Amino acid sequence: MAVKVIIPTPLRAYAGKQESVEVQAATVAEALTSLTSRFGELKKHLFAEDGRLRSFVNVYVNDEDIRYLQKDQTRVREGDTISIMPSIAGGSRG
Amino acid sequence: MATKTGIQVTPPTDKPAVALSKEEVMRYSRHLIMPEVGMEGQLKLKAAKVLCIGTGGLGAPLGLYLAAAGVGRIGLVDFDSVDSTNLQRQILFSTSDVGRPKIEAASDRLHGLNPDIQIDPIETRLTSENALEILKDYDIIVDGTDNFPTRYLVNDACILLGKPNVYGSIFRFEGQVTVFGHPGGPCYRCLYPEPPPPGLVPSCAEGGVLGVLPGIVGAIQAAETLKLIIGKGEPLVGRLLLFDALAMRFRELKLRKNPECPACGEHRTITKLIDYAEFCGIRGEEAPAPQTTVPEITPRELKARLDRGDDIFILDVREPHEYQICNLGGNLIPLGDLSKRVNELDSSREIVAHCRTGKRSAEAVEFLRSAGFRKVLNLKGGILAWSDEVDPSVPKY
Repeated sequence: MAVKVIIPTPLRAYAGKQESVEVQAATVAEALTSLTSRFGELKKHLFAEDGRLRSFVNVYVNDEDIRYLQKDQTRVREGDTISIMPSIAGGSRG
Repeated sequence: MATKTGIQVTPPTDKPAVALSKEEVMRYSRHLIMPEVGMEGQLKLKAAKVLCIGTGGLGAPLGLYLAAAGVGRIGLVDFDSVDSTNLQRQILFSTSDVGRPKIEAASDRLHGLNPDIQIDPIETRLTSENALEILKDYDIIVDGTDNFPTRYLVNDACILLGKPNVYGSIFRFEGQVTVFGHPGGPCYRCLYPEPPPPGLVPSCAEGGVLGVLPGIVGAIQAAETLKLIIGKGEPLVGRLLLFDALAMRFRELKLRKNPECPACGEHRTITKLIDYAEFCGIRGEEAPAPQTTVPEITPRELKARLDRGDDIFILDVREPHEYQICNLGGNLIPLGDLSKRVNELDSSREIVAHCRTGKRSAEAVEFLRSAGFRKVLNLKGGILAWSDEVDPSVPKY
């Protein structure tokens, strides 16, 4: 299944400066594995040492937070969009 | 955390706004003739008390629109002074305000816009010690700050006091807005229980912000604040609005209240304010992350050695657009490209790496040493320190 992964601006430097990347995957876990195998540097920004998603990174399938679906086992369908949402603090100083 | 002049909260004027004067009717006529606001809504605005935390990029449009709309009492919290780099986006301030405390310049500007409202200038840094005392007098809190410790502090204080928190954040071309702490809605910790460790926050290389972006995001925060006050429309609760100015596109993600949330969940563990600098892994608000010590050279030492004619390879690890602003004539290999371009470097030569402040180049030095380079030093304080200590003609950015 071809799904689009939207890379947030702060992490684009680790993903070949691309805004989004298309991957073949049936679940969120597969999609993220595919992504980090292509862009090795992304891995430490998304996953902790124990292989779990970092607590300050949220992942959405379309507009739903995977924490309220089946977490990284959430299934994705052709044409779905996966959004990676790390927390950003910027305000006046950006 | 130091306070410059202490807190100066004007005592609340708890008189209900019973009517508008003839002048106010004229001033707010474009509100009054809309049924969604009308006299009822305008009186609610007059009676409302809103606290703006930060008077920077987000706080500027926010403060201006709230004052213009006739919000009766506006508190402003900031501790900074206006500097010339603020003027690219912080439209509350004029060139003549450079050097003035932001609170003072902002109060003057908002009073000038609307002399009928009360402005509370609160010149302090918000801390765990003063936050509840400052926030308690207001109905709605608007978070326009720029760092994780204050974000978590504002969130937790709002949850403890049961006040809505109109949240906005910006990064380069992208903004996020939502309303946290609304009855039944999620809070910031539902979304992000913990902040990222300092080492994984984007460095200054990825910073910067399009000047108009905080204008758009701050104006959306103002719109949500006004809607909450008049109680009309659909508030941005349980929805995270994402704005991308480059693509010129809005998206929305669903935000759910996390039953396990440590701040607002059923079994909450946060029952008082904590040390947020420690929680975020930083000592002191502006303190950089504790850095691994790499061998360094000061700008003066480097200058002396170059003048002596020593063979030193200057490695600039900034981005190409930064090189265009100013450079030391070094060889440009951005930090992100270093691992794949390391073969361009000669390990037999002495290398001095630099960036803007010395942070990215410290990473570069660490990487190169781990790759077997022995003669590699970090330029202490980066090109900024070079400008301060060696060549003031190098512009700072």
